[in-house]
Amino acid sequence: MQALYGQLVVGLINGSFYALLSLGLAVIFGMLNIINFAHGAFYMMGAFAAYFLLNWAGLGYWWALLLAPLMVGAVGVLVERTMLQWLTGLDHLYGLLLTFGLALVIQGVFQNEFGSSGLPYAIPAELRGAQNLGFMFLPNYRAWVIVFSLVVCLATWFVIERTKLGAYLRAATERPELVRAFGIDVPRMITLTYGFGVALAALAGVLAAPINQVRPLMGADFIIVVFAVVVIGGMGSIMGSIVTGFALGLIEGLTKYFYPEASSTVVFVIMAIVLLVKPNGLFGRTA
Amino acid sequence: MTSATHAAPGSAPPAAASGRLGARAEILAFLVMAGLLAALPLTGLIYPYFLMQALCFAIFACAFNLLIGYVGLLSFGHAMFLGTGGYIAAHSAKVWGFPPELAILAGLLAAGAIGTLVGLLAIRRQGIYFAMTTLALSQMVYFVYLQAPFTHGEDGIQSVPQGRLFGLFDLSQQQTFYYVVLAVFLIAFLLIRRIVNSPFGDILKAIRENEPRAISLGYRTERYKLMAFVLSATLAGLAGSVKALVAQNASLTDVHWTMSGEVVLMCLVGGLGTIFGPVIGAVVIIAMQQYLAGFGQWVLVIQGVIFIACVLAFRRGIVGEIIAFAQWRGAEKR
Repeated sequence: MQALYGQLVVGLINGSFYALLSLGLAVIFGMLNIINFAHGAFYMMGAFAAYFLLNWAGLGYWWALLLAPLMVGAVGVLVERTMLQWLTGLDHLYGLLLTFGLALVIQGVFQNEFGSSGLPYAIPAELRGAQNLGFMFLPNYRAWVIVFSLVVCLATWFVIERTKLGAYLRAATERPELVRAFGIDVPRMITLTYGFGVALAALAGVLAAPINQVRPLMGADFIIVVFAVVVIGGMGSIMGSIVTGFALGLIEGLTKYFYPEASSTVVFVIMAIVLLVKPNGLFGRTA
Repeated sequence: MTSATHAAPGSAPPAAASGRLGARAEILAFLVMAGLLAALPLTGLIYPYFLMQALCFAIFACAFNLLIGYVGLLSFGHAMFLGTGGYIAAHSAKVWGFPPELAILAGLLAAGAIGTLVGLLAIRRQGIYFAMTTLALSQMVYFVYLQAPFTHGEDGIQSVPQGRLFGLFDLSQQQTFYYVVLAVFLIAFLLIRRIVNSPFGDILKAIRENEPRAISLGYRTERYKLMAFVLSATLAGLAGSVKALVAQNASLTDVHWTMSGEVVLMCLVGGLGTIFGPVIGAVVIIAMQQYLAGFGQWVLVIQGVIFIACVLAFRRGIVGEIIAFAQWRGAEKR
């Protein structure tokens, strides 16, 4: 039973990362009509930013949690201003191809600098240790990751669905020209949205740094699973992304316990089934 | 560029200016290409092995281009068909003792079978979702091959026997094998050209330009898309099978998503939706990898930079630019 609970926690952790990443993908897709293939690379950059901050600037985990998303988000803003903005009006696929090239460049540069092996990043002192829940030991850091991701996801949902800023954002997603006519600076909103989505990925990277090691390719295969999560959930709804992310993490954890051979493929199998039954995804609107 | 039509959701990337040269120019270009490829190994300037690799990738890229260039479907998982063809051909030649022609046939059919299954699922979604679906499914295939015993995991299938084609041609003779590969490539090339220029191909292009209208004209576009997908997968499997015999091994590299990205790059560099573009793109990319082999991971970085540059400034690709230039010249004269 211990092992089952352990795998469930691991599943929820992965689910937190799926949720944070697919949320960012959905927000970016909504505004820019681009599938951000470089999302996995930005996730990796978040983890590396935490590593740099600690080893070069002496700033610990809590600073990294704040600064790494801002730094990587700024890179995202730069990318949008210098490259992605020129793709408006072109077919979606060019955005996918451009960000794919971007991912190759970023991951290649980091691989040249740091090799393929992992760099260690310690769990912050405040979150070491574990709680005895009676039926299992829950490491504090893992509990923190799950709770904090959930809070960030729900806060994002709240801002987009329940505030005035979110209303502008949703309006600009539907009818950008009309929103512009009301005097709102839509291009700047698009830039900042991209930066925000990228920052979410970087935040997931910081959270992942003490659990998985800091590796140049940590996001490369991971992002493909996130794509499957996105196909399963559909990108139409913010809450949908969050729920699908956590649920699939849990299912993956269960599979690791009951049938470990299938744990790397289970998300893809679920995707195939969903495509058969509900081609637009569980929460998707008809395209 | 087809200008006004690409606003429809999930529509094709605009193909290069009306896509082709005049029929006579095309035949001439084909003859020049065939003649050059037949004469090149005789000059002794280039290794036949390198040329064979490049030709295999050219088949792969042409197969991929059939889908993106003429139906407007971007598959980001074509490595699974290349890899399946390679694994099945290598396994059947080595373990079951198939002669090369049967091994290639087995690889090609296996890729076609997987292509049918994947196609049935993937064509249920369009545009960006189609790309993500094919990518995810190919990652699943990757994990299956990683774990399946017959592929020998990280080691791959090594020292695959090349055998005698039809019991006549000894493929371990590099010269002989080269002309066999060239023949396979030319046949595949002509087959794709035939497909594209057939009434079937016209319907594919109609789907690319405006799928709702094609449906309203009574075409069951799903079936056409599936058919094109299976054809493309089968031809990619052919490329993989021949490649496995040429290289005498089949490994995980050919199933990995980086390979799926590479074939996109080849078509993009050469020119999407042009007949000759993928061939030129494949040769350029393979030659680049050959020259830069000593630089390790920088090859990936350079490929990424080329990707970005092509998307930002060079969307028509090499052949697309040539066609656009020729048409511009033609317009000047009139």
